[in-house]
Amino acid sequence: MRRFAALVDSLIYTRSRNAKLAAIAAYLRATPDPDRGWALAALTDSIDFPAVKAATVRNLAGTRIDPELFRLSRHHVGDTAETVALVWPDAPDGEQSDPTVDAVVQALSATTRATAPDVVASLLDAMDANSRYAMLKLALGGMRVGVSARLAKTAFARAFEVGIDDVEELWHALDPPYEALFRWAEEGGKRPDLSTTPFFRPFMLSHPFEGDSLDLGQFAVEWKWDGIRVQAVHLGGETRLYSRGGDDISAAFPDVVEAFDRDGVIDGELLVRGTDQGGEAASFNALQKRLGRKTVPKKMRQEFPAFVRVYDLLMEGEEDLRLLPWHQRRQRLEAFVPKLNADHFDLSAVVEVDDFAALETMRAGARDAAIEGVMLKRRESPYLAGRVTGHWYKWKRDPLNADCVMMYAQRGNGRRASFYSDYTFGCWTADGDLLPVGKAYSGFTDDELKWLDRFVRENTLNRFGPVREVKKSLVLEVAFDSIHESKRHKSGLAMRFPRIHRIRKDKPAEEADRITTLRGMIS
Amino acid sequence: MAKAKHWIEPHPQGIYVRPADIWIDPSTPKKHAVVTHGHADHARGGHGEVWATPETLAIMGLRYGTEAGTPLGYGDGFERGGVRFSLHSAGHVLGSAQVLMEYEGERVVVTGDFKRRPDPTCAPFEAVPCDIFITEATFGLPVFRHPPIAGELDKIFARLEAEPDHCLLVGAYALGKAQRVIAELRRAGWDKPIYLHGAMVRMCELYEEHGVSLGALRLVMDTPKEEMRGQIIICPPSALTDKWSRRLPAPVTAMASGWMRVRGRARQRGVEIPLVISDHADWDELTGTIRELAPRETWITHGSEDGLLRWCELHQIKARALAMIGREDGDDG
Repeated sequence: MRRFAALVDSLIYTRSRNAKLAAIAAYLRATPDPDRGWALAALTDSIDFPAVKAATVRNLAGTRIDPELFRLSRHHVGDTAETVALVWPDAPDGEQSDPTVDAVVQALSATTRATAPDVVASLLDAMDANSRYAMLKLALGGMRVGVSARLAKTAFARAFEVGIDDVEELWHALDPPYEALFRWAEEGGKRPDLSTTPFFRPFMLSHPFEGDSLDLGQFAVEWKWDGIRVQAVHLGGETRLYSRGGDDISAAFPDVVEAFDRDGVIDGELLVRGTDQGGEAASFNALQKRLGRKTVPKKMRQEFPAFVRVYDLLMEGEEDLRLLPWHQRRQRLEAFVPKLNADHFDLSAVVEVDDFAALETMRAGARDAAIEGVMLKRRESPYLAGRVTGHWYKWKRDPLNADCVMMYAQRGNGRRASFYSDYTFGCWTADGDLLPVGKAYSGFTDDELKWLDRFVRENTLNRFGPVREVKKSLVLEVAFDSIHESKRHKSGLAMRFPRIHRIRKDKPAEEADRITTLRGMIS
Repeated sequence: MAKAKHWIEPHPQGIYVRPADIWIDPSTPKKHAVVTHGHADHARGGHGEVWATPETLAIMGLRYGTEAGTPLGYGDGFERGGVRFSLHSAGHVLGSAQVLMEYEGERVVVTGDFKRRPDPTCAPFEAVPCDIFITEATFGLPVFRHPPIAGELDKIFARLEAEPDHCLLVGAYALGKAQRVIAELRRAGWDKPIYLHGAMVRMCELYEEHGVSLGALRLVMDTPKEEMRGQIIICPPSALTDKWSRRLPAPVTAMASGWMRVRGRARQRGVEIPLVISDHADWDELTGTIRELAPRETWITHGSEDGLLRWCELHQIKARALAMIGREDGDDG
C-alpha cells in the first residue's frame, strides 16, 4: 500500500501531464499483479465498494478521537478522508504492516454495511498516514488526483509500448485487475478474445468549432441533441447500454435495453419523450428524472419513456464498420435503424442547408428544448476513438446570460478549502425581493477567485457553518446553457451548467435581471 | 502565593508583567522588553531596553541594526520589581528562549515558540517546572504530527536520483528553518555545495559565527546555470514562484514547513515535494509537554488554540486562550 500511496501523492502534487504519465508508467512496470491492476482501477474510478460509505468513515473517527477535536481538524483540512487519515493514531513502531493493494481490495470487497466499520478500522490500524489516506480514497471512490481514464490508459500504453486504441478497447472489455491486459501488453501474449462479449467501444468525440466558415461539401450537418451520449451493444445474446465514460447504465433504461434486439453496436443520444411537447424529445431536465437510478418504476417508464436518437453504426452483426468513411456508415445506418423498434430508436436526421450562412441562421434560431447546437462531421471520417483533430466539430448554440446578485458563498473543498468559491446568486422579483436562481463554482480565474474570496470576507452579513450570507451588492454575469422550471429553488427556476462569466463590479445590484426576464428564457 | 492573573496581563500586542513594567515579545515598541527569539512576529525593533540571549540580540542586530540590549545566557537571569526573570532554551531556533518568571512564590513560563525534536542548529528544549505554562499552539490540532526528518530528506534525495538533470529548490524560512535543513542535509551525508538565494546568506553566516557549521555554501547569483543541475538550492518561500527562480536549471520545488502535512495546503503552495519539517512543537509534543509539566494552568498565546483548549478540557486541565494578534500561521511553520 505504501508504493500505491506514494504514487497517489505524487499525482496530487504534480501538475505536469508528462510527469503524471511517467509516475503511473513507472508504477505499472515495477508493481506485480494484481496490485497494479487494482491501482489502475482505483485511479480511473473503475472499482467500487458500496458497503463503505463516507458516513462509515466519519463515524469511525469518533471511536478514536473526540468529536469536537475531529470537527476542528476537519474544518482545517477540508476533507473528511484526509482528516481521518491524519488524526488516526499510529500503531507503535514495528507493529505497522504494509498490506498489499490486493489484500486491501479483498478485505473491502468482503465487507457488508455491518462489518465495514471493523474492517476499515483494522486496515487503518495497520498503516502509516499516507497509506491510510490512499486506502480511504480507494474505499470511498473518487481519488481526485487529476488523472482521467484517458490519461491512465495513455500511461499504460507508454509503460508497455503498446497502442492506445488497443488499450482503450481491451480495457473496457476486461474487469479489474486486468491481468489479461497486462499479460498481453507486457509479454506480447495472446490478445484477449472479445468477439462474443458485449463490450464498450470508445466513443468518437468532437472539437468545438471555432472557424468562420466550412465547406459543406466536405462536412455533413446534424443536430446536436441535448441528452446523454450512449452506446447500445447487442452481441452474443446480451445487450448493454454504456454512457460516454463507458459506465454500464443498462439498469436505468430497461425499456431501451429490451427493445434493442439486433446484433450490432450503435452510437446515439438518449432522450426521453415529453408528453407536453407532443411526443417529441423533451428537455434534459426531464431526462434527469431517469438518470442514476438502480431500478425504474413502471410509472416512470410510462411518464418519461426513453429512446435513442441514433447517430452512427459501429458494428452490424459481427462486422466492424468503424474504418469505413462516415457516408458509407450512414447508408448502412439508414438501412439498419428502420429494423429496430420505432418506439425506442429513431434516426438523427442529416440537416440539409444550402450554405454556411444559412447554417449560421439555422443554428442561431434553434431553441428547441432538446437541441444543443449542431454537429459538423467530415463525410470521409472513419469512426476513431477519442477526440481526433479535423473530423468532427460541435457548434453549440450561444449560452444564455443573466446578471444576478451574489447572495451566499460557501467554502470549497480540497485545494479550495480556504476559499469561498461556491456562490449562490439571485434575481429580483416584482416586489423587489431577491430569490436564488442558481449556484456556480467555476468560470473565474485564480485571481478572480482571490478577489471574490476577499469580497465575501469583507461583506459578510451572517454565518451559517461553512456558508456566509453576503451584502447583496455584487452583480455576477452568469452564463448558462438553458433554464428550466424547477422546485429546487424558491424562484421556481433552475439553470443548466451555470458558470460565472464576468464579475460586474461596475453594475449596481438594483440593475440586475428580474425573475420574469429569466422565465422568458425557458425553452 | 501570588495569583498570576493579578501580575501578568495578556494584551493583544504582548504579555505585560506589571510589577516589573516589562513586556514579553511585544509587537509594538515598548520601554522594556524581553524577547524570546529572533522571528519577526516576536522580535520587533524600536524598544527602549531589551533582554534576550546573545544570539537573539545578534539576529535583531542583523534585522533592525540595533544590537543594544542585555545579553542573558540560558539559565541566566535578573530581577526587577520583585520579579525574577531567567531564560531557558526553547529548542525552536538559534538563541530561542523560554522566559521563566518567579514572583511571590509563583512560577510562570512563557515558551515563545518551541519544539522538542533534536535540532543540530540550536540547544534542546529545557522542561521548566511551573505553575502557569504560557504556550504557543501553532500546530494545536491532532492532524499535525511531524514525521522523522530523515524520511522527509529522503524525498529530496530520491527525486535528485530519479531526475539528475533537474535541480531541487527548497523553500525554507530564512531564520532557523533554512539552517536546520542545511545542517540535517549534512548529517544525512550530502557533502556537495548547497546553493543559496541572496536573502539567506547573512543569516547563514551568523549561524556559522555562532558555531553552527553548514559546510560549503555558494550563492546562486554567482553560479553558472549548468553547474546547479542535480544540486540543492535553498530560498525563502516567497522566491519559489518568483522570477528569480527562472535562472535555475529545471527546478523541482519543495517546501519545508509543518503546514505541508495537509495536502490542500501543500497544493495551494504549488510545490511538488512537500517536506513536513517544522520548528514548532507538533500535537504530540504540545500535549506531551503539558502532561510532563503538569502546570496548575495552561494559557495559550497563539495558533490553533481551539484544539489545544479542547484537549485540556478533555483532560481536566485548566486552560485559557489569550488571543494574541500578529502571530499568524505564516511561512515559519
